[in-house]
Amino acid sequence: MGLTLMEGNEAIAWGALAAGCRFFAGYPITPATTIYNTMLRLLPPNGGICLQGEDEIASIGFCLGASMAGLKAMTATSGPGMSLYSEQISFALGSEIPIVIVDVQRLGPSTGSATKGADGDIQFLQWGNSGGLPVIVLAPVDVKDCYVLTMQAFNLAERFRCPVFLAANKEVSMIRETLDLERLRLPEVLERRMADGREPFLPFAAREGRYVPDFLPIGGQTLVRQTSSTHGPDGYITTDPNQIALMQARRFAKISTAASKITCYDEYPVANPDTLVIAYGVTARAARAAVKRVEESGGKAGLLVLKTLWPVPEALIREKAAPCRRVIVPEMNLGQYVREIERILPGKTIDFIGQMNGELITPGRIQEVIQHG
Amino acid sequence: MDSLLNTDRPPVFCPGCAHERVLHALDQALIGMGLTGRQVVIVTDIGCSGLFDTFFNTHAFHGLHGRALTYATGIKMARSELTVIVTMGDGGLGIGGAHVLSTCRRNIDLTLLVLNNFNYGMTGGQCSSTTPRDAEVGSGFLNRLEKPMDICQVAGTAGAAMVSRVSTYDEGLVRHLQEAIAYDGFSLVDIWGICPGRYARQNRLTPRRIADSIAELPDLSSFKTLNDRMEYGRAYRQEAVLQDAPPDPVRIEPVFKAPWKGRREVVVLGGAGQRIVTAGELLCLAGAAAGCYATQKNDYPVTVMRGHSVSEVILSETEIEYAGIENPAVVIALAAEGVGRRKGMFGRLSPESMVIRALGVALPPCGATVVDIDFKSKQIKSPDWALASLAVLARENRILTMAMLKKALELRYSEGVLEAALTVVEKTNISRHFNIS
Ligand code: SF4
Repeated sequence: MGLTLMEGNEAIAWGALAAGCRFFAGYPITPATTIYNTMLRLLPPNGGICLQGEDEIASIGFCLGASMAGLKAMTATSGPGMSLYSEQISFALGSEIPIVIVDVQRLGPSTGSATKGADGDIQFLQWGNSGGLPVIVLAPVDVKDCYVLTMQAFNLAERFRCPVFLAANKEVSMIRETLDLERLRLPEVLERRMADGREPFLPFAAREGRYVPDFLPIGGQTLVRQTSSTHGPDGYITTDPNQIALMQARRFAKISTAASKITCYDEYPVANPDTLVIAYGVTARAARAAVKRVEESGGKAGLLVLKTLWPVPEALIREKAAPCRRVIVPEMNLGQYVREIERILPGKTIDFIGQMNGELITPGRIQEVIQHG
Repeated sequence: MDSLLNTDRPPVFCPGCAHERVLHALDQALIGMGLTGRQVVIVTDIGCSGLFDTFFNTHAFHGLHGRALTYATGIKMARSELTVIVTMGDGGLGIGGAHVLSTCRRNIDLTLLVLNNFNYGMTGGQCSSTTPRDAEVGSGFLNRLEKPMDICQVAGTAGAAMVSRVSTYDEGLVRHLQEAIAYDGFSLVDIWGICPGRYARQNRLTPRRIADSIAELPDLSSFKTLNDRMEYGRAYRQEAVLQDAPPDPVRIEPVFKAPWKGRREVVVLGGAGQRIVTAGELLCLAGAAAGCYATQKNDYPVTVMRGHSVSEVILSETEIEYAGIENPAVVIALAAEGVGRRKGMFGRLSPESMVIRALGVALPPCGATVVDIDFKSKQIKSPDWALASLAVLARENRILTMAMLKKALELRYSEGVLEAALTVVEKTNISRHFNIS
């Protein structure tokens, strides 16, 4: 066994490189900046491009152009930058442009606290864009996850032709931690599916039985159209209600029907659990310590760690919660993901532990709620 | 050569719209340059000028208002062989102002055609950043309060070398466009034209008036020599190949045995400039050299060389779950600023915990064993106190051994610095005489 000491943000950058990322653009913001710094060291000597935009809107815009030109692209920011990304995220969703977007969450709202963590953007990542289409959001728990989930995020972005978010948190991104790089189970690297070029190319038409259109890059032998406007399969503006409805339904279905394929999770199961703790991000680490302590004192609480937050892994949550009388949801916010859990588990007792003061929720606090309700 | 215009989608501009003339002139320009649709990307944004991409049989990218230059930059950087042409109205110019300025400074090989008709045509003729003050527009009196922008002067001042202004009705328009497209770097053409749909009815703008107005404005050719420099993409690629590939992340083999079992927490409290974060990192490296997992959380203000610096390190033989500090085995207190940040922690310390304190640093009441160290009498300077504290711990075989510490120093430092660090470690060698009280 050999260990490597790495910061979470560095691991995100190395994971991106391993996934085939060749384009990064960002704008400096704490606590995401060290991703940009690392990409600036990694990409240019590896044949990639790393740019600093004049603002967040430009940075993600560069990425959308580069992605359409065929490169795997990533950008990273924090809450205030996510607000600025919003219009471009809607574009990427509506126009099916693959991109990985890292949100290193810091305590908000607004400018908030640059050096303090929170999980305050969890609903914002899903709903902070116009149009209401489903999105994919992954949440790393530790530095290992920063590496592996970044690779997964690229694979999902390529496979589903969509933006994929990594909901990091200052507490995961700016911690330095040892990891055994050789023992990481890395996913196979996927590429977006190219059109064979035989039929006339329709940039937004999915093949029979599929929801994701095949891709061709701007600048190749076949002319490619990309547009932010409401379009038909040919990429031209359309006002035909039937065509619009079909396009919207397809984009909706491509993510929502694939929820089980997108779901990543971890668990600490116990026999005959009375209580299930559902946690994500850095809080999952405290939750894990808490359920172990409960177990040592003879209690029966299991843990489900969600690494895919959106689309909500509803089937998984129902299955894991079924034997439990009670569910506990700790979050570094004032109640965001717990709303999804309440929606999925009507009639179940759900206790929420929320905290938004820039500090970690402690194992003791979770243990207390498990044991003394 | 054939036209690049899309015969399936004829232009839909209002009769007499200047845009349509520019459309044909651009087609002529591209044909004249021998370019095929595959070699060209037309990037557009919102408004009537944003319809351009649909009328051409080229690669096309239509995006959000004012953002066209951002997409074009990504496309051109990814595929330098393409001819990338951006069209934008005077509306896009205003909302995307920061992108225009930055593109001028960057000098990436794009051509920006500003289809300047002094109003927002598509939304009903509101004023834009170029609307004259005496114009009648859909924004009531508001345009009378603002000074219109001369985009050519702005672009030239911002660093664009190839800046030009031309009337849509100028006979030399095609040649003018060709010069801009051929330029190896960023070029901007401010094309003045008439919007009969929304502007010309209340404002008697004629081709003649446009020509006269342009003739009165200062010459722009000096920007060419003033701002002449290498194209951004080429300059980028030249620099990129000179960059050394970063080494693979360092893998630390476990060669020692830690002098304890279970989880150990160490908190280093100091001030800016005391290399607190480096000391935390050294502890992690030392731990890894003994096969231990490690986490390091730091806390320091954004101001450099002022204020507190705190590093929290956890070492454990098993993977670390909760990475917060619960029960520190050792607290190193080197400055009041750091102690102040973790005041609340001291009352919770148990007698098994050890506090290493730089002589004179005031502590809140605490139940831990306090060890005072007079660094000054050993001629150890403040930036080395944190390292010296680790050396004291190593001599006590607490948290780390001397072998672990030396390994960490080797991993962290190159030769010259390593020697200096080892000298500091040596100065702690008579730790029993170090006034451990
Ligand atoms: S509104 Fe003005 S700019 Fe738009 S198409 Fe009509 S004339 Fe041209």
